[in-house]
Amino acid sequence: MPPPDTTASTPGSTTEPMIVFDGVEKRFGSNVVLKDLSFTVAPGEHVTLIGPSGSGKTTILRLLMTLEQLDEGTISVGGRYLSHELRGGKLTPPREKYLRDVRKHIGMVFQQFNLFPNMTVRGNLIEGPTRVLGLSKAEANSRAEELLDLVGLKEKIDAHPTQLSGGQQQRVAIARALAMRPDVLLLDEVTSALDPELVTGVLKLLQDIGESTDITILCVTHEMGFARDFSHRVMMFDGGRVLEDAPPDKLFTDPDHQRTKDFLHAVLDH
Amino acid sequence: MDNLPQIVSVLGDGIPETVIATLGGVLLTIVLSFGAGLLLLSPSRTVRGVTRVYVEGFRGTSEVVQLFWIYFVLPVLVGFQLLPLFAGIVVLGLNHGAYGAEIVRGAIRSVPRAQYEGAIALSLSPAQRMRRVIFPQAFVEMLPPFNNLFIQLLKSTAILALITVPEVTRQAREVLIPNYGSDTLLIFGVTFVIYLVLAGLITLGMRLLERVASARLGRRPSRAARQAAKATAGVAS
Amino acid sequence: MPLWDWNYAFDILPDLLLALVTTIEITVLGSVVALLLGLVFAVLRRLHIPVLDQVLWAFVEVVRSTPLLVQVFFLFFVLPQFGITLSAFVVGVVGLGIHYATYTSEVYRAGIDAIPKGQWEACTALSLPRLRVWTGVILPQAVPRVLPALGNYVISMFKEVPLLLAIGVVEVVNEARELGSLTFRYTEPYTIAGLLFLLLSYPASMLVRRLERRRAAA
Repeated sequence: MPPPDTTASTPGSTTEPMIVFDGVEKRFGSNVVLKDLSFTVAPGEHVTLIGPSGSGKTTILRLLMTLEQLDEGTISVGGRYLSHELRGGKLTPPREKYLRDVRKHIGMVFQQFNLFPNMTVRGNLIEGPTRVLGLSKAEANSRAEELLDLVGLKEKIDAHPTQLSGGQQQRVAIARALAMRPDVLLLDEVTSALDPELVTGVLKLLQDIGESTDITILCVTHEMGFARDFSHRVMMFDGGRVLEDAPPDKLFTDPDHQRTKDFLHAVLDH
Repeated sequence: MDNLPQIVSVLGDGIPETVIATLGGVLLTIVLSFGAGLLLLSPSRTVRGVTRVYVEGFRGTSEVVQLFWIYFVLPVLVGFQLLPLFAGIVVLGLNHGAYGAEIVRGAIRSVPRAQYEGAIALSLSPAQRMRRVIFPQAFVEMLPPFNNLFIQLLKSTAILALITVPEVTRQAREVLIPNYGSDTLLIFGVTFVIYLVLAGLITLGMRLLERVASARLGRRPSRAARQAAKATAGVAS
Repeated sequence: MPLWDWNYAFDILPDLLLALVTTIEITVLGSVVALLLGLVFAVLRRLHIPVLDQVLWAFVEVVRSTPLLVQVFFLFFVLPQFGITLSAFVVGVVGLGIHYATYTSEVYRAGIDAIPKGQWEACTALSLPRLRVWTGVILPQAVPRVLPALGNYVISMFKEVPLLLAIGVVEVVNEARELGSLTFRYTEPYTIAGLLFLLLSYPASMLVRRLERRRAAA
């Protein structure tokens, strides 16, 4: 796999960033998961978050999906605050209505797929487009068919999620997220729950999607080979902080920190 | 509000009957629950079958019918009349014992197979396995559903009013309503409070027991078990 | 006089069956109230609306901890003082319905709690509107799971209908009592009444158990 086109990875220097974390702190009880975290992600950029478990990677994705509320700082996506609502020039806690609007531009694929078992594959795919984006059934259906074709599951359109293998379920979940045409896609350990022989196919699919779209992608994964091929930037987390932030070639071959070396050594051994 | 003292005093006169009916019913329920619950696990088909007839017979019919049958029909068949309160206790016990038997059976069956195997590996006799290993674990599981069952039983004591037992509900209906007809809200308000307090006492007692029993197993009382019991209260199966 | 008189038994059977229809009517209507109101309670509780949440909790606890018979008397004797006079039949339906709504609400709650967190999160990730989250994702999964438990409560309600004889509803047991009082023979009426309950509720509970097993296996 050739390294990604690096010219596409630096638009952030000239245009507005897509994602901005500014001084973010997140605590669970007395446990501080993220400390004074600031970083930006440019439009179209693919950023992979790596680090030991408990280092707060998944929390970043969950904050972006508004599944968690932060304790300090601000987060914005596409120039709009996600953590707060700007009202009368003041930052106020976001109202549900506001959040719903911001969320429309963000999609997420979960470790455990989280498909709706009471709906068919088609039902899962058209649910968001028809109910949230206001697409007609016909439009949503053709979008669903297109995406299922892309993920190679066209013939499963009327199957129920329980009739699919884990790999197939995760492909459907990816298609479901894409059906919303998000600006930002969050991938939360999407292959961790899959049998080893199914992992490659799903990663290949994500690679194709990454190359054929301009979606900004944030990804938490333990698949270092994928991280290397797929991302424009890799961020190494440890103890709720960014320890190292570099292009994959640099981070995987010549990291600055001993801690990163140890971590890479540990995961690559497996 | 002027009549509050009289209302409280008349309802208060019914409390002993309600309490005796509840305690008597609970006692009989415990005996029948454990008796029938263990028999439902008997290796003998006949024993299980006969016990099933008792359990399904009482779970399948209305408690009011059971009460009327024992109070009005049984005397014709056997030639003597039971005292109303006694007949009431018998029905409360038989009825709730049938539900309790399922609680006991279910709790014993829910102890993991590995526990039996461990006990067998230690060469314990079947009786020892049950007494030393299985039962103490099952017992903790039974307490939340039994708490619900006992509150059901307390509530059921109200139907003894239908066979002239002067318990709280009958005092309200037969003594107070005819005499203080304009104070109905007050009458039933106080009645509700009495039952709430009695139900609270049952829960308090069962929570204490739960804590003791859990501590003996080195656990803490399970909130989840209590919540689960709440969702099947009254129809524990 | 024989202990059991078959002729008498057959004579009274039609009247008892007619009264059974009333029992079934009250059960069905009461179930509709209990199943709908219970769902409303469960969803409202889940939304954690301040004040309403505490009021609902208290209401549910009081209704669950006090006798249905007292609640029925309450509706029958207290409401008329506030200008609301309901027939005994309606009091029966409403009383039974509200009483059992407090039970079914717990059943629904358990069903809703059993829905994995990931389902809620996926709804958020798709930005589904709140109403749609309930009607499209949560309830379609939660309700089928709890159908057997709800079925058990419907059967319980059926067996509690005779309590309404205390306010003059002519259901099976009340009819049996009246028939008995004409002839001073109670053995046949009460025994038949009991058997009628068994005849209906035992197969019904077998059905529920089968449903339960099918659900557990699925």
